[in-house]
Amino acid sequence: MIRIVDLHKSFGQKKVLEGVNLRLKHGETLVIIGQSGCGKSVLLKHIIGLLKPDKGKILVDGVDTTNLKDDELRKITKRFGILFQGTALFDSMTVGQNVGFGLERYTDFPQEEIKELVKESLAKVGLIGIENLMPYELSGGMKKRVGLARAIAYRPDIMLYDEPSTGIDPIRADAINDLVIRMKKELKVATLIITHDMVSAYKVADRIGMLYAGQIIEMGSPEEIKNSNNQVVQQFIHGRAEGPIKNW
Amino acid sequence: MPGLPTWSFKLLNPKMFPTAKNLLLYFNSFLQQVGEVGLLFFATLKNLFKKPWEKRIFIQQLEEIGVRSLPVVSLTAAFGGLVFGLQTYIGFHRYIGPGSETYGGPIISLGLSKELIPILVGLMVSGRVGSAIAAEIGTMKITEQIDALHSLGADPIRYLVVPRTLASLIMLPCLTIYGDIIGMAAGFFYNTYIMGVNRVLYIRNTLLYMELWDIMSGLIKASVFGVIIALIGCWQGLRTEGGAEGVGRATTRTVVIASILILIVNFFLSMALPSDL
Repeated sequence: MIRIVDLHKSFGQKKVLEGVNLRLKHGETLVIIGQSGCGKSVLLKHIIGLLKPDKGKILVDGVDTTNLKDDELRKITKRFGILFQGTALFDSMTVGQNVGFGLERYTDFPQEEIKELVKESLAKVGLIGIENLMPYELSGGMKKRVGLARAIAYRPDIMLYDEPSTGIDPIRADAINDLVIRMKKELKVATLIITHDMVSAYKVADRIGMLYAGQIIEMGSPEEIKNSNNQVVQQFIHGRAEGPIKNW
Repeated sequence: MPGLPTWSFKLLNPKMFPTAKNLLLYFNSFLQQVGEVGLLFFATLKNLFKKPWEKRIFIQQLEEIGVRSLPVVSLTAAFGGLVFGLQTYIGFHRYIGPGSETYGGPIISLGLSKELIPILVGLMVSGRVGSAIAAEIGTMKITEQIDALHSLGADPIRYLVVPRTLASLIMLPCLTIYGDIIGMAAGFFYNTYIMGVNRVLYIRNTLLYMELWDIMSGLIKASVFGVIIALIGCWQGLRTEGGAEGVGRATTRTVVIASILILIVNFFLSMALPSDL
């Protein structure tokens, strides 16, 4: 479904991605783990076309998205639903307008149908009757769920999550994990999650890949990652300050 | 050197002066920024006629830039007109002689409509609206809302920049006409009601010497100022980095850059536009 081949990206002198290779298959949940600032979000921004790589390819069902024109890229981004780290809800719009935003742009549905789909998407994440609230009136967990409702409203077939459990308490984080699993089952989507929360990673992942020093250094099932011989992986998943990772 | 205070030597410290390399870097950065604004301008032009048109945002911006600027434009135009009327009266009374003050009418109207009101409106709107545009778009940038726009199928240029630029292009001339009326009325009021200049002659001279082109040239300038304010605000907003501090920097830069550009462009437009048609 998504194949990333030898992806390189630098900002000035700083090399962030140095040959990332990975594959996301239909219907699977792939979790990319790594330290803060290791380039996970940069990788995500490449996938949705917000950043252009210095070198390498991103293939979505065989189509290289790195050199597409705006209108062609739009057809690809329509297939992605994204939950941003800080939710990125439009603070000048109501919850209903936020959730309906993608529907208005990606579909020709009449307003009445859009309203129904907005309600339906909000109900899927367990929120009812909040269409007229403004984002500042919501709690952190509710914002995440509204962000998720916005991402699934236009029925994408690939879901991307940027640090879904960051900034919320462990109980709400677990509720978000359950939602991620439910969305995958109900909507039959391929899911790519960027996180450094190992509890979430173990719970939702089919496969886990670790991004370190600009490359995917390990890829496998949660069990394989737990039992990895790679000292970098072991240090990260156990959250130890001592070990080969020094640049913290 | 005996006699000179020690701080004066610090002023002459060669380290304080920019090196040739630094000057080159500044110049390079300046050119890069000019290029960024130029690219944004052409991207805005390219997207101007592309669908979907963001009508809701366009109407919102018409209100924000136009209607909500009326109080500040009213005050500045009124006091601009009053003080211009005052100085013109003094000038005619002192240098030409009593009775000549009725010729202040066309001078006041010409000066206000061609120069003072477009500039006052431009500076006021750059402070009020330019900074607001930069703050709003800058906040959207640092909270990933611009990325979200992109991912939800909205082009940030078409969604954010085009409606603001178009609204500013339309509303600045409207505010300028409004400011012209207020300013001229204030100048008339000062001369005729306070200083006792003959009303009929004042109006007759104004109508005799004023031409429609005098007002039109002011409106052309105002349209250009409108584009400058919106583009600089959007440009600074879109390149905001570094949290709340970055947003603060973007708003300050917008007001400073837009105000300076308005004054510079005004001079060149005054030179380029013919004095009459």
